[in-house]
Amino acid sequence: MLRTVLSRVSTRLSRLSVCHYSAAAIPAPNTQPDVQYNKLFINNQWKDAISGKTFPTINPATGEVICQVAEADEADVEVAVKAARNAFALGSPWRRMDASHRGLLLNRLADAIERDSAYLAELETLDNGKPYAISYAVDLPTVVKCLRYYGGWADKWEGKTIPIDGDYFCYTRHEPIGVCGQIIPWNFPLLMLAWKLGPALATGNTVVLKTAEQTPLTALYVASLIKEVGFPEGVVNILSGMGPTAGAAIARHMDVDKVAFTGSTEVGHLIQQASGSSNLKKVTLELGGKSPNIILSDANMEDAVEQSHFALFFNQGQCCCAGSRTYVQADIYDEFVERSAERAKRRVVGDPFDLKTEQGPQVDQEQFNKILGYISSGKREGAKLMCGGGVAADRGYFIQPTVFGDVQDNMVIAREEIFGPVMQILKFKTLEEVVTRANDTKYGLAAAVFTKDIDKANYVSNALRAGTVWINCYDVFGAQAPFGGYKASGNGRELGEYGLDNYTEVKTVTIKVPQKNS
Amino acid sequence: MASLQLMPSPVPNPEIKYTKIFINNEWQDSVSGKVFPVYNPATGEQICEVQEADKADVDKAVQAARLAFSLGSVWRRMDASERGRLLSKLADLVERDSVYLATIESLDSGKPFLPTLFVDLQGTIKTLRYFAGYADKIHGTSIPMDGEYLTFTRYEPIGVCGQIIPWNFPLMMTAWKLGPALACGNTVVLKPAEQTPLTCLYIAALIKEAGFPPGVINILPGFGPTAGAAIASHMGIDKVAFTGSTEVGKLIQEAAGKSNLKRVTLELGGKNPNIIFADADLDLAVEQAHQGVFFNAGQCCTAGSRIYVEEPIYDEFVRRSVERAKRRIVGSPFDPTTEQGPQISCEQQNRVLEFIQSGISEGAKLECGGKALGLKGFFIEPTVFSNVRDDMRIAREEIFGPVQQIMKFKTIEEVIERANNSDYGLVAAVFTNDINKAMTISTAMQAGTVWINCFNALSTQCPFGGYKMSGNGRELGENGLKEYSEVKTITMKMVAKNS
Repeated sequence: MLRTVLSRVSTRLSRLSVCHYSAAAIPAPNTQPDVQYNKLFINNQWKDAISGKTFPTINPATGEVICQVAEADEADVEVAVKAARNAFALGSPWRRMDASHRGLLLNRLADAIERDSAYLAELETLDNGKPYAISYAVDLPTVVKCLRYYGGWADKWEGKTIPIDGDYFCYTRHEPIGVCGQIIPWNFPLLMLAWKLGPALATGNTVVLKTAEQTPLTALYVASLIKEVGFPEGVVNILSGMGPTAGAAIARHMDVDKVAFTGSTEVGHLIQQASGSSNLKKVTLELGGKSPNIILSDANMEDAVEQSHFALFFNQGQCCCAGSRTYVQADIYDEFVERSAERAKRRVVGDPFDLKTEQGPQVDQEQFNKILGYISSGKREGAKLMCGGGVAADRGYFIQPTVFGDVQDNMVIAREEIFGPVMQILKFKTLEEVVTRANDTKYGLAAAVFTKDIDKANYVSNALRAGTVWINCYDVFGAQAPFGGYKASGNGRELGEYGLDNYTEVKTVTIKVPQKNS
Repeated sequence: MASLQLMPSPVPNPEIKYTKIFINNEWQDSVSGKVFPVYNPATGEQICEVQEADKADVDKAVQAARLAFSLGSVWRRMDASERGRLLSKLADLVERDSVYLATIESLDSGKPFLPTLFVDLQGTIKTLRYFAGYADKIHGTSIPMDGEYLTFTRYEPIGVCGQIIPWNFPLMMTAWKLGPALACGNTVVLKPAEQTPLTCLYIAALIKEAGFPPGVINILPGFGPTAGAAIASHMGIDKVAFTGSTEVGKLIQEAAGKSNLKRVTLELGGKNPNIIFADADLDLAVEQAHQGVFFNAGQCCTAGSRIYVEEPIYDEFVRRSVERAKRRIVGSPFDPTTEQGPQISCEQQNRVLEFIQSGISEGAKLECGGKALGLKGFFIEPTVFSNVRDDMRIAREEIFGPVQQIMKFKTIEEVIERANNSDYGLVAAVFTNDINKAMTISTAMQAGTVWINCFNALSTQCPFGGYKMSGNGRELGENGLKEYSEVKTITMKMVAKNS
């Protein structure tokens, strides 16, 4: 779905450059959107941090500060958790609300976001660096659809009645877990917010959500919409802050019932440990990946090259599920590499607010340095640099679209998550071999196979140890389809009906009856 | 009383905008040219004339619905979530025009305006929103089959669905039918009752405004024996859903069997037992039993029309029920103090009066009411019978009017047997504070819905339907979707299966 929307976008983009008066669906952006909210959002109110501290958020296209934002620390987390706990108390407006009304509120939030989507897309692009055409045509509609999807689930998440042995009537209730801590990353700020709030609120929980320090702004605007559409106070609390302070405070808080984290595997380990050493809060994790994209020799070459390019380079390479190990069957390998390099050279890197731009900057200096470091290691370890390999502009965090051929499985660039516009293309001979090599990783988030052969498609998709397997496509997401990782790519699934499990406590109620009958 | 001034008012002199047949998103005259009159049951006067669909029009509609359902059509290619969006938009439009719709519904059906606005309209909107939310959540399964196979199920739409709805809740019945059918991706040929076509035709206009592709929904006002029968026996219709009398339900089932074995779901009549134990909250029980039988002038399939009261509280219960019935305000649907409007038609009014006579002649005690009210329209006094025996006609047959039967019982085993002793099985209720009695009764009742310490507590999330001759199948809730899906199992040979 992401892919389909994207191909509509790229058609629009190429049409735009040719024909000035075409009915472009993407409105010209305001390149300096106002920041209306920069405080902490607790109990439907805007507050300064208790410490008074603020931190800057940077525009990655220029390296300049956009504004200061209130910085939450442990004390603010404490206040937010109290607010969320109050909002969850038995008899509270949120607990007494019809499930269908929770769904209605989520739908209204979706409507409000849709109404303000041009502005939100501008703010997202300013803070994250992703091209505006993508924020507007992909991120925002996907956010709206996710919230509407979960709005629809609110009154449909049913327990069971159970034919238990004995003179009893037995049923289960699907109850909310309680106060949920949610820590989200910077690569899809609005979308990650929707993926977290949707299922948590549909099932009746209350939330303390910490945004990534690189991208706090759009969530704060959504907070104002949460209040506007009528969520009771304390149900959603949004804190900007740093991982080691505010994030850690959430993960180890004794009165947070569950934590959901999306981010690096490295920090995922810390979150799980914090749960174990505090109150054993339930943990779900969406972590990193080094996803294999397998191209068989009978694949449609043109399609496979374009999709593989998209699979790696989308969102400046900053996707947990990026297809960062492209395995190409030997007899089509050379042509594939050549075509991939040619496509990467054509990738338009530039100002995110320019509608022709395909690739914006990386999100910050740290990521920028890290990616350049990986590129160096690729060169050092003997991979063949086909194109790119360096910085793309004088200011901001732009990196050239980079392609390495002749990559070996044991190279650092083939094992570690780069999270940047660096493509690794590896050669394989047989199906059994590539499945073994593809699975030889601590990660297991996504995978893909390109082939026309029905038996090969089934064999590979069944054999790969990955939470999502795409066949003849990549990065196809839907609010309806569960997403998550095997192994160190995470625990639990988000999206779909499965996504509700993570936010539910099942209560079994057993009533003695005078005489059971079937 | 002052607060009534803050209540919404009906649209004065409402315009009837749509009186034709709706096929392919277009308004059409009937093939025969025939029209039929629609009456205001509060006055007996004609409101307007409406195009009368017959078999030829049904054929046209089925053709349109079949085309809209063909492989590769806009409707078949549409994302499920987008079907949900269209239903959501329809709900929003109904909400936008709810005062107008409530006005027309009151005018055409005689239901009091304010309850129509707050109950019927809200129920309609919520039902459409509920099923809008389900459209992209209808899941098949992938299955660990024996052998080297990859197997999964798809839940597909059935195809062209015929839907025939009654006159007692015209708008709500439209929503109960369209919601699940469209969420699952079917196309529809819907016939509203001849007494109450007007709000359904307005919904047709909103369907077009919301953006449903042409042919997906077709609405044909007309009569049962002509248009309804044509739908039930049509060789090009894959499923028929009927809500109405048990008598006609049997005809529908026969017609399906004689024609193409189309799938059949039926929501039929009831003679619903409401059991009041001596330990019940008496005020609550009296009021709920009263509303349970008199709501909508008694014209509910769920009417609690056999009230079994435990002996120790029987006399007091009868006394309070009579007092409450005498206080029930019967009047013009547009008077905000009215609790009870007219019966839907002269025919129905006569039928109810005839039942009342049978009650008297069979020896039940007429406690209050019993007669028609007023010179114009089809009003009946709220009527209460006590000392009713189970073998009386008023205790066995569905009256569908404002007539309350109160019987006495001694033991729980006795009342279970008597309550279940009926060909019907739609709903039942029990009033008690004792958890054991509540569990025992609710398990024992042969009824599709059992209420404990409440009555008519219906909501779109809860499956609703009948045991025995009260119907086949369930509407609403997730169960409602099953009736509008065909399950296809797809099994693919695998080279090497692994778990």
